[in-house]
Amino acid sequence: MFAYLSTISLYPLWNSLRIAAITGVLVFFAGILCAYYVARLPRVIKGILDVILTLPMVLPPTVCGYFLLLVFGAKRPLGIFLQQFGIRFVMTWYGGVLSAFVVAFPLMYRTARGAFESFDENLAYSGQTLGLSNTYIFWRIRMPACRQGILAGVVLAFARALGEYGATSMLIGYTPGRTATISTTVYQLWRTNDEMGAFFWVAVNLVISAVVLLAVNLLERRQKKAVKA
Amino acid sequence: MKLKVDIEKRLGDFCLRTAFEAEGITGLLGASGCGKSMTLKCIAGIERPDRGTIELDGVTLFDSSRGIDLPPQKRHVGYLFQNYALFPNMSVRQNILCGLHHEKDKAVREKQLETMLSTFGLTGLEKHKPAQLSGGQQQRVALARILVTKPQLLLLDEPFSALDSYLRLRLQLEMRETLVSFGGPVLMVTHDRDEAYRMCDRIAVMDNGRTAAPKKTKELFANPESLSAAVLTGCKNRAAARKVGEYEMEVPEWGIHLTTALPLRDNLCGVAIRAHYFQPRSDRNRFPVLFVREMEEPFEWVIQFRIPGQKEQTENLWWRLPKDRRPQKMPEALGIAPENVLPLYPTEDL
Repeated sequence: MFAYLSTISLYPLWNSLRIAAITGVLVFFAGILCAYYVARLPRVIKGILDVILTLPMVLPPTVCGYFLLLVFGAKRPLGIFLQQFGIRFVMTWYGGVLSAFVVAFPLMYRTARGAFESFDENLAYSGQTLGLSNTYIFWRIRMPACRQGILAGVVLAFARALGEYGATSMLIGYTPGRTATISTTVYQLWRTNDEMGAFFWVAVNLVISAVVLLAVNLLERRQKKAVKA
Repeated sequence: MKLKVDIEKRLGDFCLRTAFEAEGITGLLGASGCGKSMTLKCIAGIERPDRGTIELDGVTLFDSSRGIDLPPQKRHVGYLFQNYALFPNMSVRQNILCGLHHEKDKAVREKQLETMLSTFGLTGLEKHKPAQLSGGQQQRVALARILVTKPQLLLLDEPFSALDSYLRLRLQLEMRETLVSFGGPVLMVTHDRDEAYRMCDRIAVMDNGRTAAPKKTKELFANPESLSAAVLTGCKNRAAARKVGEYEMEVPEWGIHLTTALPLRDNLCGVAIRAHYFQPRSDRNRFPVLFVREMEEPFEWVIQFRIPGQKEQTENLWWRLPKDRRPQKMPEALGIAPENVLPLYPTEDL
């Protein structure tokens, strides 16, 4: 057993974690920016953008992967253009960031928008009449007031990015030690009859998911306490 | 110090078209949805009017024809929100310091903060979060936070509506002192006629997006002139009326004629009588009455009656009288002093 475990490369864990972490950071900024600005747009444009930005959440991830290949594929105009700068999303680990981003973004965007919509706009207005700059109001008043929703969005997006399989396997495939993530490794090991290996990675996945969910629940409980006080 | 407003703003079917000048403590009295808060937001620069001008003490804050639209940060206008809009994540101290962020000298900042805390009786509460404060304390923090910015104009949006009635009266007394010592113009939005009467030197009545010129508070209550002013100042008894003589009107719905103290204008359209002003012993404007029902209040009786010649389908009339003046037996007739017969004219002719 221990002899077996020592043969396992932990690369998929490290790769999944870095993809999820980078995706989490990117999704945090992109999600709150989109949520903030889309909420202010005229209703028709808002409706259209809302559909486009949320679509990856309901589409099968393989369809997202298909679209990503369509845009960033090695023989597609954008793919060829990016390769001149040495950027290639197909079959690279940071391609995994792109696919995870597309799939996880709607979760952040939706939760952040919900949080922004329940924000009492009078707080922002009173900040303005007190002479506070709009940047200050955004980061020091709006964001703290919406903290709970935004944190929940980040955690959800992180968890989704960590478990991403469909779009990732289409865009970056499975290369041990290069593009392998936890979820693609589980599939690959199970496919090649390495049940022990598959079970190990399933267990890893279970532990991470449980920790994430616990964190969300703890956050919620703390928020409730803060509201009561 | 004077505020001049002449603005227009369309919002769907609703059109706000308001023009007035305000100095001292001016009330904007109107029913909900008449555009009071929108007017305040336009003055503060939170909402942008479609056209018009806003001038404060000779400085143009907004002028659509000259393309001037100062951001709220540059208007020096203090805005007290209905829910006080204290920043929930900041302590009392941090909230008040938000009004002092432009002050670079830390010593000056601390000194001004201390002055505000002691003026508003907040010493000892510096570290509390807004949610830990009572409604009255929250209001004082909000006022301190506004006044520390030394605004040129104060806008108050229904400042007492979030408080229970006991606290409301006490805070109105305190607020009135604060506003008088502030010295600059104050514009206060309210739908409560008692609050408007207690707090304001002048009152402008707002109705459906239009604002009548501000009148001295006592004059407005003594002679509301328009139907909306009569309703908002609490005249319970109202009916259509027609001029029949220099000092005489006919009220067909009630089937009576009434005489007034002031000469009537030809475009008279209605009459209003306050429930307090019927007199059992007055022989002026005397008419027989039939009692319908009565209800006891802590210090007053509320009585509903009809006039024998009153048209059916019209509302009962209201009479209010202090308990100690209630007669043993209900009188068979009531009168009204001519100065208490309030003539109403069409709004557009005022």
